[in-house]
Amino acid sequence: MSNSNTTELTTTQIVQNSLKKRYRAERRFKAFGIASVCVGVFALLILFTEIISKGVGAFTQTYVQLELKLDNDVLGIDDVSNPDAFMQANYTKVIRNALKEQFPTVKKRRDRRALYGMVSVGASYKLQAVITKNPDLIGTTQKFWVIADDDLDTYYKSLSDAEPFTGRMNDKQQAWVQTWVDNNQIKRKFNTTLFTAGDSSEPELAGILGALVGSLLTLSVTLILSFPIGVAAAVYLEEYAKRNKITDFIEVNINNLAAVPSVIFGLLGLAIFLNFFGMPRSIPLVGGLVLTLMTLPTIIISSRAAIKAVPPSIREAALGMGASKMQMILHHVIPLAMPGMLTGAIIGLAQALGETAPLLMIGMVAFIVDVPTGITDSATVLPVQIFLWADSPERAFVERTSAAIMVLLVFLISMNGIAIWLRKRLERRW
Amino acid sequence: MNNTADEKPVDLPEQHDDHTVGKPLLKDPKISVRNANVFYGDKQAVFDVDLDIGANQVIAMIGPSGCGKSTFLRCLNRMNDTIDICRVTGEINLDGQNIYDKKLDVVPLRAKVGMVFQKPNPFPKSIYDNVAYGPKIHGLANRRSELDQIVETSLTKAGLWNEVKDRLDQPGTGLSGGQQQRLCIARTIAVSPEVILMDEPCSALDPIATAKIEELIAELSENYTIAIVTHSMQQAARVSHRTAYFHMGKLVEVNKTQKVFTNPEHSLTESYITGRFG
Amino acid sequence: MDNLHIDQHISQQFNDDLEKLRTSLLEMGGLVERQITDAVKAIENADASLAEEVMEREDRVDKYEVKLDKSCVLVLARRQPAASDLRLVMTVIKVIRDLERMGDEANKIAKMAIALNDQDNIQRGYHEVRHIGANVVSIVNVALDAFARFDVQAAMKVVREDKNIDREYTSSIREMITFMMEDPRSITHVMNIMWALRALERIGDHARNIAEHVIYLVHGTDVRHNTAKEIEKKLADKM
Repeated sequence: MSNSNTTELTTTQIVQNSLKKRYRAERRFKAFGIASVCVGVFALLILFTEIISKGVGAFTQTYVQLELKLDNDVLGIDDVSNPDAFMQANYTKVIRNALKEQFPTVKKRRDRRALYGMVSVGASYKLQAVITKNPDLIGTTQKFWVIADDDLDTYYKSLSDAEPFTGRMNDKQQAWVQTWVDNNQIKRKFNTTLFTAGDSSEPELAGILGALVGSLLTLSVTLILSFPIGVAAAVYLEEYAKRNKITDFIEVNINNLAAVPSVIFGLLGLAIFLNFFGMPRSIPLVGGLVLTLMTLPTIIISSRAAIKAVPPSIREAALGMGASKMQMILHHVIPLAMPGMLTGAIIGLAQALGETAPLLMIGMVAFIVDVPTGITDSATVLPVQIFLWADSPERAFVERTSAAIMVLLVFLISMNGIAIWLRKRLERRW
Repeated sequence: MNNTADEKPVDLPEQHDDHTVGKPLLKDPKISVRNANVFYGDKQAVFDVDLDIGANQVIAMIGPSGCGKSTFLRCLNRMNDTIDICRVTGEINLDGQNIYDKKLDVVPLRAKVGMVFQKPNPFPKSIYDNVAYGPKIHGLANRRSELDQIVETSLTKAGLWNEVKDRLDQPGTGLSGGQQQRLCIARTIAVSPEVILMDEPCSALDPIATAKIEELIAELSENYTIAIVTHSMQQAARVSHRTAYFHMGKLVEVNKTQKVFTNPEHSLTESYITGRFG
Repeated sequence: MDNLHIDQHISQQFNDDLEKLRTSLLEMGGLVERQITDAVKAIENADASLAEEVMEREDRVDKYEVKLDKSCVLVLARRQPAASDLRLVMTVIKVIRDLERMGDEANKIAKMAIALNDQDNIQRGYHEVRHIGANVVSIVNVALDAFARFDVQAAMKVVREDKNIDREYTSSIREMITFMMEDPRSITHVMNIMWALRALERIGDHARNIAEHVIYLVHGTDVRHNTAKEIEKKLADKM
């Protein structure tokens, strides 16, 4: 091959000439990555702003200050020592009297009903609780902050907006609110109900405690069952099982199970636990069992990976010392694999925490007002509660849905936090 | 006996007899191996090895990678049992008792025949726990003070006591490579074995750490029978009394180390230790 | 030729190192051989200028010795040779020493040649010098050949031949003593001849040493301080 003198280029020159193009390609490549990350971050931001801006209102609740004449004639408590007497007393009338007194001009039946509707039906329960605690108050006149109805709540929260959301509030009701505002008789307080009450058809009385406890109970059942079973299965498959067609078959099936849609597990639970074993519907025990079925593959797979990651040198060292296989596993393999197994378990549980579909199948979608006290009480769980609220027509449920989502997210994040913390704590270097 | 290398110049493989040259057999051996074959599935890794190992002797096993020396070493305390497809035939006697006897339990065997591995592999536990682990699982110490004594003696024998006595509660993995390997040796001695197998114990260490381990091997050979696999011929020459050369799964030559390194009998040994094509 | 396979190392440089050692040693051997031949010729022909040349060349032998020593140390440090390689290097170290001594002896012979040249022309003793000289030169040649080809048979020949030389030396010395007794005037002359004969005998011994080193190199058996018969027996045992 002959080089013509004029076009002869040194290697350095050739490299130099191609440099620009290469750098451009590299910049494009990087830019593409950055753009992808941005899209992700942007989506996350939108999600959070949407949920937070919608849900932050649910953490406050409107209260109206009324001057209540706690007249025993109206209440009708004849025997202070008898707790039943407090329960039967007519608190509603006290509240209505107070409203009537403040707005004496309201005569029409329809307007009266509108006026009474401004205060939540829950207000009388609160009043009952207060008076039962302090029977001395009977006969006095007290200023009380009574809980407002959800329509008023929604309207009042949007008052500062350019166009307040009137909804079902008529002009008269708006005028009364104006009066209260002028008298400083109306304000927003932190919404403790949201965290202390179960579900309710009245948004202002609805809380997530029932669903939260239901979730915790369900998850406890899941954790207690799935972790030991999953770890035991993983240890057997990794350490003892001989490689043959049967173990291969089992392995393939476990991997497939991890990809099965969760609703299928719900159907399985329905068929086995409810129909075959005749367990009651809607209880955390069954929910936990179904979620255990669902999380097991995840835990087995991650535990096996963790066990596989234990260096063979450690096993050899233990065996070489004359440790039996069980001693090797218990003393060395499991402690070293624990961080990985726990991470897998927590990820599995976090998945279970957000699961709705299988629980719908076993009836955990029921409207349950009481906070469950055990794994055999009827209960619902957070994501199902969110699903239920999202379906409700009342405007005030919209913000409560978002608030519940926020609580769920906080839970998920703290579970992941625990996973990271456990990892850091238990992780040993070798 | 075979012809020496000098008389049959070229064609090395032709000389590859099934006989082991040199002196593989001894009087009153600690370990005697007869007709040992090792298979991995269908593949045979070790062919018909006859070899005696004398008490309180250091025997070095050398040979190119994949020659079966490590596999053979791991037969001596049945570490190959952990590999499913591995099968051993023949007889390996330790003090006259066949260790591949079906009735024999591997746990006491491995307490009697300790092993030190290529990569230092201390447990991710404290230095103390590393050494105390063996005595604990075998129940060698009844009281804490006894265990303390065992730990101290073992670490002293391994030449590590002075370096670590103030930090016994610190993780064994925090030591330097050489110290870790000596910790592993201490851990092995702690169960008072009679034989110590070493599988390339210095291959991951720097020359100074290597020198310390070699020194240790010399000291230990007074009380223990040691079989060491090494890739460093100089090391084999320095630490061992006898040297066995493996080639393609066959035991080619066993002789006194001095003999092997100045005037090996077999041309394959010669080629290997002098760095020729073989 | 090369039955130690010194050219079959995986490291080509190691091959080169060893090959260089061997060729340098053979060069040195060639030089020493020439020194001996010339020294003997100088006596025979009463050639003082040839003797001078021999003496001048002596320091070239010394330089070879130093150079080869250095190369051997380097090979030991760099390659840590084992088995036949180790024996080869050790042999080279020893052979250098013998060659250097042979050089010294040749130098002595050259000195005697000059001394004899200065003296009267008594012809006694030259025959013996010629005869023994020829034999010595020949076994030196065979010894170097044995080394060059790692040839045990040739080495054995040297060992046997050296014995003959020793025998001839003893008888020559006896003859020289008779000369001196016959003619006391020739004492100085005969003494010089005797020195030269003694040097030649020493050279023969060194040649034998070289041959023994070659046997050690090839067989790994140390055959020093053994008679030829014993050596043969040892080698036969090894077969």
